[in-house]
Amino acid sequence: MYWLRRAWAELRDEVFVLPSRTLALVWALGLLLLPLVYDDPYVLRILTMTCLFAIFAASWDLLAGYTGQVNFGHALFFGAGAYTSALLSLRLGITPWITIWAGAAVALLFGYLAGYLCLRLRGSYLSLATLAFPLIALGLLFAFPEFSGGELGISGLRRLANGPTPNYYIAAVSMLAIVLGLWQLADSRFGIVLHAIRDDEVAARASGINTLRYKLAVFALSAAAAGFSGALFAHYLRVAGPSTLEVALSFQVVIWGIFGGVATIYGPVVAVFILYPLTEWLGSFRSFGELRLLIFAVIVLLVLLFMPRGLTPWLRDKLETACPRCKQRNRAWRSVCRLCGAPLSGADAKIKPA
Amino acid sequence: MLQDILVTGLVNSGVYALLAIGFSLIFGVARIVNIAHTAFYMLAAYCFYALLTKTGLGFALSGVIAVAAVTALSVVCYRLVIEPVREHESAVLIATIALALIFQELMLYSFGGNYLGIPSTLEGVVRVLGVSIPYQRLLILVVAAVMLAATWFFLYRTRLGLAIRATANDLEVANLMGMNVHRVAMASVAASVALAAVAGVVVAPVFVVDPFMWLAPLVTMLAIVVLGGLGSLKGSLIGALIIGYVEAITVFALPGGAYLKGAVALGIMVAVLLVRPEGLFGVAFEEER
Repeated sequence: MYWLRRAWAELRDEVFVLPSRTLALVWALGLLLLPLVYDDPYVLRILTMTCLFAIFAASWDLLAGYTGQVNFGHALFFGAGAYTSALLSLRLGITPWITIWAGAAVALLFGYLAGYLCLRLRGSYLSLATLAFPLIALGLLFAFPEFSGGELGISGLRRLANGPTPNYYIAAVSMLAIVLGLWQLADSRFGIVLHAIRDDEVAARASGINTLRYKLAVFALSAAAAGFSGALFAHYLRVAGPSTLEVALSFQVVIWGIFGGVATIYGPVVAVFILYPLTEWLGSFRSFGELRLLIFAVIVLLVLLFMPRGLTPWLRDKLETACPRCKQRNRAWRSVCRLCGAPLSGADAKIKPA
Repeated sequence: MLQDILVTGLVNSGVYALLAIGFSLIFGVARIVNIAHTAFYMLAAYCFYALLTKTGLGFALSGVIAVAAVTALSVVCYRLVIEPVREHESAVLIATIALALIFQELMLYSFGGNYLGIPSTLEGVVRVLGVSIPYQRLLILVVAAVMLAATWFFLYRTRLGLAIRATANDLEVANLMGMNVHRVAMASVAASVALAAVAGVVVAPVFVVDPFMWLAPLVTMLAIVVLGGLGSLKGSLIGALIIGYVEAITVFALPGGAYLKGAVALGIMVAVLLVRPEGLFGVAFEEER
């Protein structure tokens, strides 16, 4: 009884005081409870894919948003995870429960390598150089079709579980766990160092931070998460094909990340949860089917014109304000700060939060 | 085979140089990474095809109209889409990606996904060093050379060119000296897209036209620009020659070369970046802040 009351107090004082936290909690609970009330296989399938892509987008954000290493070739890690897991489970007959971890490990290795090659590059050079990596991999895959399956990829993989609901839970739980993990990491001391590297690498180095080691670690971590989602994706669709390495996928994750708002982790996740089901839903209309990518691009363009920093930062500024004195966040409709009592409305409270 | 490599490499380098120099120009002046650059090249090819087959205008007239129309479109896109979000680098980036996707889907919707062939504008071949070169490929080479010379003249012998170079060098100082940097940026967008459109028009009869034809040259172009050094026009030209020849050698000399040509070209780019992170002719900035 005590613990229940304690939990309720925590909820009331820490979660329900801010609309963003309430929304996050409702969303997570909704994801977990949805199949109990509504288990249409089509909806579950779309949500499963959404969850997998959300991991992918969040991992991109850790690298590009927080550390400023804007990676245009994130599909390399997705594809590395997918192909590794597919080859191991099909050729050696290992259960997918183990091979997805191997896929993540190989992706981690690729991430370390890509990071090592990119250490001296920065800014646009880095973006454009990273764009090359998945294409080099793709060229090699096509050059050795008997090993990689060529254009068709590796098909006939085993699924992790049978039926739409278990597969959905695997995707949803891994998504929640990884995204929460990345979010915690990005909020920790480690994340602060990443912010510093993005804003001013020279200053970070002058403050005694081994920026090279941090950049390599972020490349590896982000790649591992992306590889994990790639491996899950391959086993869910039962095929690992060249589409997992294409430029289109790399661009897609950039769009998700920037649309949702970079350096937030939750931004790209929100973007995936809006944009991916939207494109699928548009595709289900016969007349819209051909136009869905067009509508997708137009929506992204329009949203950007009005919210150039991305969707979630804009939304958050509408729902919450930062207290001018103690910098804590408050509901936008409060008149005094919930922690220090400073007045929130008025001329001096209008200062934009950093 | 050697002659094949020489000729194919030269023709491809010409096309790549047209694309890469335009991209480099926009990046140098306005710091825009224009992913939609080759989408304009694709649009020009489609526009040329439509004018040629639907209206029955002559080759030269259709080509000129196509280039003019695409250039005008690029200025409109710049004003409507890019300029409002100029301060946010990442927003500009995905705005150009979205533009490219929109163009691709519009063409897919109106022309279908089929490969469209355009009849050769010039028939016949010329024999040089024992290799027969179709006039069409020769035309690409000539047009590329003329356009490059015109670009050089524009940038180094006109007042607007001087303004563009000054803005590329230092935007703030150029602004303080009384140049209208917005108009300069717009002029360089128009000039660079015009180069891409010319490339699209001249290659349309040689390559096939389809809505996805912008992706492959995009990657090659980016490799060239990074190899030569972002924003350096000389670097783009030399990078185009290097990549054009590397691709030709890979295709003709290696088994399975057609698959590997992209990989080898990109591999060379990565190798150069490892030795010189700012590209062959790029300027190493001491941490832009």
